[in-house]
Amino acid sequence: MTAILKNKPWALNAVLLLLLLVAALMSGMFGQVTLSPAEFVAALMGDGNQGLSIIVWELRLPRILIGMLAGATLGYTGAALQGLLRNPLADPGVIGVSASAGLGAVIAIYLGLAAVSAFAIPLMAMAGALVATLILMTLASRDSSVLTLILAGIGISSLATAGISLVMNFAASPMSLQDMVLWMLGSLENRTYSDLMLAGPFILIGWAVMIGVGQGLNALSLGSDTAHSLGINIKYLRWRVVLGTALSVGATVSVCGAVGFVGLVVPHIVRAFIGYEPRALLLPSAIAGAVLLTLADILTRLPIGHGQLRLGVVMAIIGAPLFIHIIFKTRESMR
Amino acid sequence: MSTPLQIAGLSVSLGGNSILKEVSFTLPRGEIVGLIGPNGAGKSTAIKSILGLVDSEAGAVRVGDTGVSDMESRTRAKTLAYVPQGAPVHWPLTAERTVALGRVPHLTPWQTLGPADEAAIRDAMEQTDCWDFRDRLVTTLSGGERARVLLARTLAVGADFILADEPIAALDPMHQLQVMDILKAEAEAGTGVLVVMHDLGLAMRTCDKLVLLHGASVLASGAPTEVLTDANLKLAFGVEVSRWQDGTNFLVPCAVVK
Repeated sequence: MTAILKNKPWALNAVLLLLLLVAALMSGMFGQVTLSPAEFVAALMGDGNQGLSIIVWELRLPRILIGMLAGATLGYTGAALQGLLRNPLADPGVIGVSASAGLGAVIAIYLGLAAVSAFAIPLMAMAGALVATLILMTLASRDSSVLTLILAGIGISSLATAGISLVMNFAASPMSLQDMVLWMLGSLENRTYSDLMLAGPFILIGWAVMIGVGQGLNALSLGSDTAHSLGINIKYLRWRVVLGTALSVGATVSVCGAVGFVGLVVPHIVRAFIGYEPRALLLPSAIAGAVLLTLADILTRLPIGHGQLRLGVVMAIIGAPLFIHIIFKTRESMR
Repeated sequence: MSTPLQIAGLSVSLGGNSILKEVSFTLPRGEIVGLIGPNGAGKSTAIKSILGLVDSEAGAVRVGDTGVSDMESRTRAKTLAYVPQGAPVHWPLTAERTVALGRVPHLTPWQTLGPADEAAIRDAMEQTDCWDFRDRLVTTLSGGERARVLLARTLAVGADFILADEPIAALDPMHQLQVMDILKAEAEAGTGVLVVMHDLGLAMRTCDKLVLLHGASVLASGAPTEVLTDANLKLAFGVEVSRWQDGTNFLVPCAVVK
């Protein structure tokens, strides 16, 4: 498989799109009511059982679409941040951007801003993500060592988690406390079209801001001085990745909570097929991120334990061991 | 076509310290000019300031009537190519993909490499004798091979001028000579080459002209024999030298001035 797809980005993208289709189909089929592929397609077309149609259109489809948008965002921003920081451990979750977006969202819930405007949670989440990305840039942009990045990430994550805990301490009602826990664990459960309409535009704007950064990220492989000498405006490039990440990850977290490790796992897998060139990683990482999150979301529906598995927990179980594995692999450069 | 790069009255201060004071010299196309001087004389700062990586407080860098700082960034990139000191490569790219980065100034954000780019990459790699290991990862190359790949990356830009900051500092004698030969050939083909180096003997033999920096200013510039006088070497480097002639001029620092 690896040999067939080696260094053929278009073939890899085609295979990933096919996998995404399969994952989406599976996600449409599995749940409390499990449908056969034929039943799913019939329900999608509006033929047959009315009840199944409602399940597919009102419950499963928005969940699938939000999952894809979120996965693509986390995969793409992971690849882009890794290119920008020249570090394979950069991921919105690992470096604390997701947690900070979560903090923004939790503050919005605590202050009751969600009742004032539906946009309060996504806006506050994006603001949280922006602050975290800016702090990270300040700490880790000059020095691309793994250690600096991880330490900065630990600092930012701890701060955000402490902030979330503080807000939870003051939470007025068990209801809002439960809402807040949701942001920390991450979930696509019960997402609706209004969630999609709320977060989707910001996610797309974030993507648009980052579109076309690949050339600059490639040049950055040779260090920022050489990239400058190759005609790349480094400040502008940084701002685009930072702002694009803050917008799209902030909006993603506002709708499905802090889901980590997608941006870490996905570029790592894609590199096995097409190498380390940052630009070549961007698109396949986005598609593979959508596949991974859709599959992980299917796992959350498995009847394990008393309650349901949360998406962030599933991703952490997949991602954290790989994170440690990559640290082992790159520990030479940490010395 | 043959307009030189002119550095006129360049002054740079960093943190209140004067790093360069009214540095002026000319880099003609078709010549290799050595930028020499003791550690801390401002050689790297001079190169970075020419490239616009370090802000200058006075002076100008021009090609003809056009100021380098006024050039659109891609035009500047196609005019001045840079070999940085140490030259990091942050990802394990193949040699060929690394050299291909030299074509970035020729591409819009959406463009991929065209036939002209592929040809330039191959030319540069053949010129530096690294085409044969084009598929190897730069992280697996020896110091000499890696230096040649990074030089090919610079040549692939096809710029009018090359600014190389200590390109031979970490190389063995054979690879030092090889890199200097490549730069010399590039100059003979019409490029203006500015090279920062510490090996005074090699600078004397390979460079058409030298610019000697001392205490942030130009102490001497011109033909190597005019610049590398006993008096200049004592003042700038604090060394005495032995010289001899054997078809060409040889010079070896042999004692610290008491």
